[in-house]
Amino acid sequence: MVAELFADLGVARDDFTLDLGLHIGAGEVVALLGPNGAGKSTALRALAGLLRLTSGQITIAGRVVADPLSGVHLAPYERSMGVVFQDYLLFPHLTVLDNVAFGPLVQGFERSEARRRAAGWLARVGITDLASAKPRSVSGGQAQRVALARALATEPRVLLLDEPLAALDAKTHLLVRAEVRRHLGDFAGATLLVTHDPIDAAVLADRLVVIEQGRVVQQGLPQEVARRPRTDYVARLVGLNLLAGRGQGHRVLLPTGGSVELAESAFGDLYVAFRPAAVSLFVHRPDGSPRNLWSGRIATIEPHGEGVRVEIGGAPDRRSSVFAEITPSAVAELELVPGSEVWAAVKASDIEVYSGD
Amino acid sequence: MLSPDQSWQSRVPLLLAVPAAVALLFLVLPLVGLVMRAPWADAGAVLRSEGALQALQLSVITATVSTIIVVLIGVPLAWVLALPGLRGASVLRALITIPLVLPPVVGGVALFTVLGRSGLLGRPLYQLTGFAFPFTPYAVILAQVFVALPFLVLSVEGALRAADRRYKEAASTLGARPVTVFRRITLPLIGPGIAAGAVLAWARALGEFGATITFAGSFPGTTRTMPLEVYLALETDPGSALLLSVLLLGVSVAVLVLLRDRWVSRW
Repeated sequence: MVAELFADLGVARDDFTLDLGLHIGAGEVVALLGPNGAGKSTALRALAGLLRLTSGQITIAGRVVADPLSGVHLAPYERSMGVVFQDYLLFPHLTVLDNVAFGPLVQGFERSEARRRAAGWLARVGITDLASAKPRSVSGGQAQRVALARALATEPRVLLLDEPLAALDAKTHLLVRAEVRRHLGDFAGATLLVTHDPIDAAVLADRLVVIEQGRVVQQGLPQEVARRPRTDYVARLVGLNLLAGRGQGHRVLLPTGGSVELAESAFGDLYVAFRPAAVSLFVHRPDGSPRNLWSGRIATIEPHGEGVRVEIGGAPDRRSSVFAEITPSAVAELELVPGSEVWAAVKASDIEVYSGD
Repeated sequence: MLSPDQSWQSRVPLLLAVPAAVALLFLVLPLVGLVMRAPWADAGAVLRSEGALQALQLSVITATVSTIIVVLIGVPLAWVLALPGLRGASVLRALITIPLVLPPVVGGVALFTVLGRSGLLGRPLYQLTGFAFPFTPYAVILAQVFVALPFLVLSVEGALRAADRRYKEAASTLGARPVTVFRRITLPLIGPGIAAGAVLAWARALGEFGATITFAGSFPGTTRTMPLEVYLALETDPGSALLLSVLLLGVSVAVLVLLRDRWVSRW
């Protein structure tokens, strides 16, 4: 399959280099995930034509829109990329209807036809009643819908969404996310969603690309990435404990000295991952023999969802730490406070082990 | 709702209050004096005199034409000046500021050297067409444009810099070419800035004296604007000079008040 969007983005600046390959098919939604400063916005601006590539190439539906080697740099208005900006950037002097009609109008449609199309898009995103409102008088969730309608009304080949849900409060967030998901499902072109929220990414995207410091560190299906993180950032994002080491049969040796016992045998450079909920805590050394039993000291205790997340420093070895997720009543029962000595146990069968290649 | 006590912030120390009051009085008292000392009994006769009406008409027309020219050429200049990363922008801005600090009489002399009958451009113009600017209403307009242009350019440049340039980026991704972006997005966004600059320019043009009398002279009906009329009247008939001043003051204030509501908070 020829990708609708094929991009090899190279942007070099004094203190930062972006080197990112993206291939997105028609109808496919890819989430670009990464911490602040990873280069997500730079990638989006380069794709939209707001920033020049220093190397690489961008092709949309077989048409080269940027190629610094041969001096090609199409302006944003020549690229057929719709962009939904993080703070929407609705034109303050135009009504909601005219904001959405702006794209069709500058593409050459008569004003009446542009408005008719815009009204159609307002109906699709469910805000027909706001047509004559000015942007400053609409709520965040409504503004998000206007921005999406405005981008889609140009009928772009590629849709770029920059943190489209970040500015919304928690309740609106869920509602709008479901709507965005529906509209992305109807969109025939390629979609790139820039986000730092792994749940938004998992709900909205077919595939995740995780970047750190301008480079891809992991990509794959959301469930793959969530189950087998490959960097500390991804592990924290998906809420898993992640350790890297060397497999020697039923045991993985960590470079910091500790070890993890496995249910199966494995060799070579490996990652081991386990859920915080799979970690049991004991104040006294437990009887019986869970395969992994580490003693440590509680570093932090924080509420997490309906449970409590406890960081145990010094496990599996002095320079590592693991997270356990337990109930608030267990915290009270065990009288856990930061500094408490505890035993952490993980069954070997609860440990996911996968190759580090 | 709890709000922090801010009353201490609105207390003005005496050290500042006294000079502030002096400044305010200094600005307001002359205007009060003008209104109080004007011989209101003669108002009808003076304001209906041919000289006054001619001068007022000439002033309003030339100041308005000047302002239109200033907007047409000043907004593009401001746009260029506000381009990000423009080389030599500070030199350009200094050049534009010169008419602000230049004594207007010097401005008039400078205009003569370029557009006078034997000036750099004026001589070939005169030889080709037999037309020369000095001592015509066109000279009045040129003098006013020269002194008023910087007010508009600096005001619009400020508005352009304050306008979020990302709106332009958004418009561009929607398919708008730069000219369309300027017309449909940038111009409306900086509209209030243009209006403010135009009002300042109009007021400056209306009050222009030095460059006008130097470059255009003082011919009744063709180049004698209100400020010139006031100055001449002061030598012969101080009472009518006061009345004419009050009239000029009234016209300026009326325009400022009328336009103020139009440019404040448009959206």
